[in-house]
Amino acid sequence: MLRYVAKRLLFTLPILFVVATCVFQLARVVPGDPALVILGDQANAEALQALRQRMGLDRSLMAQYLSFLWDTVRGDLGLSLSSNRTVWSEISAVLPFTIELTIAATFVGVVLGVPVGVLAALRRNRVADYVTRLLSLAGLSFPAFVSGILLLLAFAVQLRWFPVVSRIVINDPLTRLHNLVLPSINLGLIMAAYVTRVTRSSMLGVLTEDYMRTARAKGLSRRRIVWSHGLRNALIPIVTVVGLYFGTMIGNSVLTEIVFNRPGVGKLILGALQSRDYTLLQGLMIVFAFFVVMVNLCTDLVYGLIDPRVKAR
Amino acid sequence: MSLLSVSGLTTEFRTDAGWRAAVRDVDLEVGANETLAIVGESGSGKSVTALSILRLLPEAGARIAGGSCLFEGRDLAHLDETAMQAIRGARIGMVFQEPMTALNPTMTIGNQIGEVLVRHRGMPRAEARAETLRLLERVRLPSPARRIDDYPHQFSGGMRQRVVIAMAIACRPALLLADEPTTALDVTIQAQILRLLKELQRENGMGMIFITHNLGVVAQIADRVAVMYAGRIVESAPVDEIFARPLHPYTRGLLQAMPRHDRMQDLEPIPGAVPSIRETIVGCAFAPRCPLRIARCVEAPPLDAVGENHAVRCWVAAEKVPA
Ligand SMILES: Nc1ncnc2c1ncn2[C@@H]1O[C@H](COP(=O)(O)OP(=O)(O)O)[C@@H](O)[C@H]1O
Ligand SMILES: [Mg+2]
Repeated sequence: MLRYVAKRLLFTLPILFVVATCVFQLARVVPGDPALVILGDQANAEALQALRQRMGLDRSLMAQYLSFLWDTVRGDLGLSLSSNRTVWSEISAVLPFTIELTIAATFVGVVLGVPVGVLAALRRNRVADYVTRLLSLAGLSFPAFVSGILLLLAFAVQLRWFPVVSRIVINDPLTRLHNLVLPSINLGLIMAAYVTRVTRSSMLGVLTEDYMRTARAKGLSRRRIVWSHGLRNALIPIVTVVGLYFGTMIGNSVLTEIVFNRPGVGKLILGALQSRDYTLLQGLMIVFAFFVVMVNLCTDLVYGLIDPRVKAR
Repeated sequence: MSLLSVSGLTTEFRTDAGWRAAVRDVDLEVGANETLAIVGESGSGKSVTALSILRLLPEAGARIAGGSCLFEGRDLAHLDETAMQAIRGARIGMVFQEPMTALNPTMTIGNQIGEVLVRHRGMPRAEARAETLRLLERVRLPSPARRIDDYPHQFSGGMRQRVVIAMAIACRPALLLADEPTTALDVTIQAQILRLLKELQRENGMGMIFITHNLGVVAQIADRVAVMYAGRIVESAPVDEIFARPLHPYTRGLLQAMPRHDRMQDLEPIPGAVPSIRETIVGCAFAPRCPLRIARCVEAPPLDAVGENHAVRCWVAAEKVPA
């Protein structure tokens, strides 16, 4: 197991390197002089030159690239151009809100999606199966801001169970959790739709396997056969989808954060785009990439836990 | 009195042409300590017979359309699912053809055997583990203490079949259904597994239904033989009798096709193929392939007793024998 973990970890290094290189390139190929963009047309030549120097734009591309890599490795993402605070302090101030939303939404997606998917597989081509397939299709084709607004209208405005606007930074964990419910359901429902579909099809494949008949021949109860022998073998594609979706959700959460007026990375992205704060954008991209790579690493490790054959490869 | 007594068993599958029988009107008897071999080419309904007895057919698209399977005073064909669960793995064990796919790839072999003991004998986990070790020793898995926590993919086909056998006999069942347990294995392993099954049978006094398409295996293991064709028993007799005095032309064809070292000439497979369950059968199902076919074969022949313990379903064969 340890060797497997080490191998997986080693694989993430080249990926992170490639991502960092791409981010660096992207920021340089954008047309226009960043200093000019930041200071505006009216800026005088001296100020422009000073800014270029501060940003290291006067050095050769190679020198810029190397120092960018070195800074990134040390976790130094530079200064935000619009606020003059460090990029990392800007991001780390709101990242926990986005991460807690992402985790809560994944929880909703899995807790809802897996059982429903299994039941749909067991009731294949009967009413319950058709209903879940229809609902999951609806879930996939519903934009997050529409479902968000509907949830707000129903549970916040009409029933008044939840706040319409999330309170910023609350030290009381219960209130914080309460504020999290609607947004995570909104984000989690879409995920549940994906998870339901993949669980159903994966489970359908497993149900006809020989070892499922062996499990029946042993006299095990139906529940044990399905949930213990069946689900475990159906888990690899489910974990894949959960991992993929979890990894990209940090970006997908933008709409939900805005509809529910939650603090989080969503607003930060929006602000950085409006003010052309490209060091902040660069930092955000690095953090996203790091997050995706880490989630992928976790997914690989979970594969190894589920299926012993994975480690042997 | 026999341990299992199957009579008139008929099993049907749903096809695009409606419900079609894969097993028709089958009668079987197995006693304690006795081995009944069911023999026939692939597709003749042997597996479906075994699966029907243990009620392991797919839940949708398959049904037992008639007959009864009396076992320990109960009719398995009409038992409810919960009662069946208490019998499966406890009173009746089953070994399957494909050891490569019959085990759960994500569970250690120790846990797969142990859960039968927990389920049926109510053992605590530690006790089940100790008993699992004894079982693995019994089926001669090498160094069981070291391998009990290994996964199926770490074993060869022959070793996996030993694990499946350990699972099937864990609760000392009265009856073992073995569906071509050696077909997927190479010859030397085959012989070892057959010997193991024989030993276990003697130890526990088990009745056994041994399914195979290989008459060579039948000679080694069976007490009695039922030859099956197109879902019906076409001949049944004690094992010596089948080899000494085969009556049905299908049985003779199988014997002729059997590889033997005392015969150098080429094998003569029976020309033609087993009819699929979609085909509507009129008269004798074997007639289209039969060298002895007569006009009367358009009528379905009955299974006629032609001697003590010997029955045959053939107009020609039954006629030649003085009853
Ligand atoms: N699940 C199923 N659905 C439809 N037909 C089946 C099914 N299982 C078996 N059959 C048919 O039943 C017949 C007997 O099959 P089987 O008992 O597996 O033969 P064998 O003697 O080789 O074990 C075959 O014609 C097969 O096509
Ligand atoms: Mg078969």
